[in-house]
Amino acid sequence: MIKLSDVSYAYPDTDHYTLTNVDLDVPQGEVVGIVGASGAGKTTLAKIISGFIPHVDGGALSGRIEVDGINLPESTLAIAVSHVGLVIQSPFNQISGAKFTVREELAFGLENQGVEREEMATRVGEVAKLLGIETLLDRSPYALSGGQQQLVAIASMIIMRTPVLVMDEPTSQLDPGGTRMVFDVMSKLRDSGITLVVFEHKVELLREHASTVHVIADHQIVASGPARKVLSDPRLEKWAIGTTRYTRAAALAEEKSLLPKSTELPVSLEDSIDVFKGFKNLKKG
Amino acid sequence: MEVSFNDVKYTYPGGVEALKGITFNVPTGQSLAIVGQNGAGKTTLVRHLNGIFQPTSGTVTVGDWTTAGHTIAELSARVGYVFQNPDEQLFARKVFDDVAFGPRNLKFDEEAVASAVTEALEETGLTKEAQSHPHHLSLSERKRVALAAVLAMKTPVVVLDEPTTGQDHNGVRMIASIVKKLREANRTVIAITHDMDFCAENFERVIVMAQGEVLADSSPENVFNLPEVLAKARVEAPQLERLASSLGWKSHPMNVDAFVDNLEAKSR
Repeated sequence: MIKLSDVSYAYPDTDHYTLTNVDLDVPQGEVVGIVGASGAGKTTLAKIISGFIPHVDGGALSGRIEVDGINLPESTLAIAVSHVGLVIQSPFNQISGAKFTVREELAFGLENQGVEREEMATRVGEVAKLLGIETLLDRSPYALSGGQQQLVAIASMIIMRTPVLVMDEPTSQLDPGGTRMVFDVMSKLRDSGITLVVFEHKVELLREHASTVHVIADHQIVASGPARKVLSDPRLEKWAIGTTRYTRAAALAEEKSLLPKSTELPVSLEDSIDVFKGFKNLKKG
Repeated sequence: MEVSFNDVKYTYPGGVEALKGITFNVPTGQSLAIVGQNGAGKTTLVRHLNGIFQPTSGTVTVGDWTTAGHTIAELSARVGYVFQNPDEQLFARKVFDDVAFGPRNLKFDEEAVASAVTEALEETGLTKEAQSHPHHLSLSERKRVALAAVLAMKTPVVVLDEPTTGQDHNGVRMIASIVKKLREANRTVIAITHDMDFCAENFERVIVMAQGEVLADSSPENVFNLPEVLAKARVEAPQLERLASSLGWKSHPMNVDAFVDNLEAKSR
């Protein structure tokens, strides 16, 4: 669904590359996670996969980028946005500024596409229910908290029903309950055939929801593979991404010979219960 | 410096009742985390400390002052408030000037300004960015500029509104070490956070809020062992507390070392 081959990019008026020689292959209908320290190039990659680079930001882009069968750099932004939606990092910048209510804000993109009023209303209702923001529909987008704005920004992209969704730290402003809900929504969208690429710091939730994870460090993809394998890699500390407390606790327990050496450390609660239940049995046996 | 809320109610001009009678006090040098879902009233509450909001009824005190009798400018000498969204706080063209703004307003002499700014930039890992335009920095860096701007004022009370949002692993570690330093300097630290692991590891007291009320107020060990309260406030216990409870442990490890110590004790 998404295929990047040997992609490198430098922003205008800079003499260094923000990304170098990136290869990425995302099959249709999967949730793929991308992790990396601040400044590693995550937002840049998100903009490349959604066509904002080069069509908005310009700069020197090389390599091949194909999303949903479209060669993005040779296409236009108008075509790109009908195939891939981008939820940007700061929700206050995603909100159009042209609308007085959340309801109108959500309908804004559909209005531009000339969708019938009745269908527009149905889709606004559906997406509001999905994200639990029905009670916000008649409020001003600017009278919302950071977390509420973030849910509106996500809803305004989901409503477009693009086959690919790219989300750049979509849960940064959300409480733990809201964060879980957004990840559950991602899994639901995946089950309906949508392909999602999620840039996140929340390792535990990526382990639970993403099939594959890629790591960006030093402007390159330095590790790729199944979520548990990549997210339990001790090099995550060095790459300033960090592992979960579950991983760190198991690693320390292994170091103190309280657990047998494993091939893959646990990343999530479920992984850890398996590992530490074994500990209990070992002791009894 | 001690701060206290005495039956504080606050209703927004539109009629939304954001705080429904909040009472607690924070002794000098204590570190307090406030947790709870979006819209619980956390930000509204802490904005009373530097006078951005005045209570509809009740009183807020900061040291020997009642906030109602003082201006935001006066209160800013006692309470440093780091905004959740740095773009509400930053305005200068150079990082240095943004960080120097507070100390200059507090009438530090230029030498003291320079040393306060240098120290704050070092603590937040921004020394190299002193001459950069804040808007050329990433969101996580701008958040650290906003934090540096408050640290430089050396206020006895520091309020951090979601300091770890958007920070990577190193950023979170840096903020944890700043909280530790503030505690060691006996400054009062109040932080709003959604990161329960950060909260469990770095704060001695936790208040859980929902719908303008305090649901729980105790040590992290106690608070994170109240599943009904956490569910009501849409908060999750920290990772290792969830694991210990799933394994049927009676102890409440708040960090990796405590968890492994427990494991070691069980293996003996």
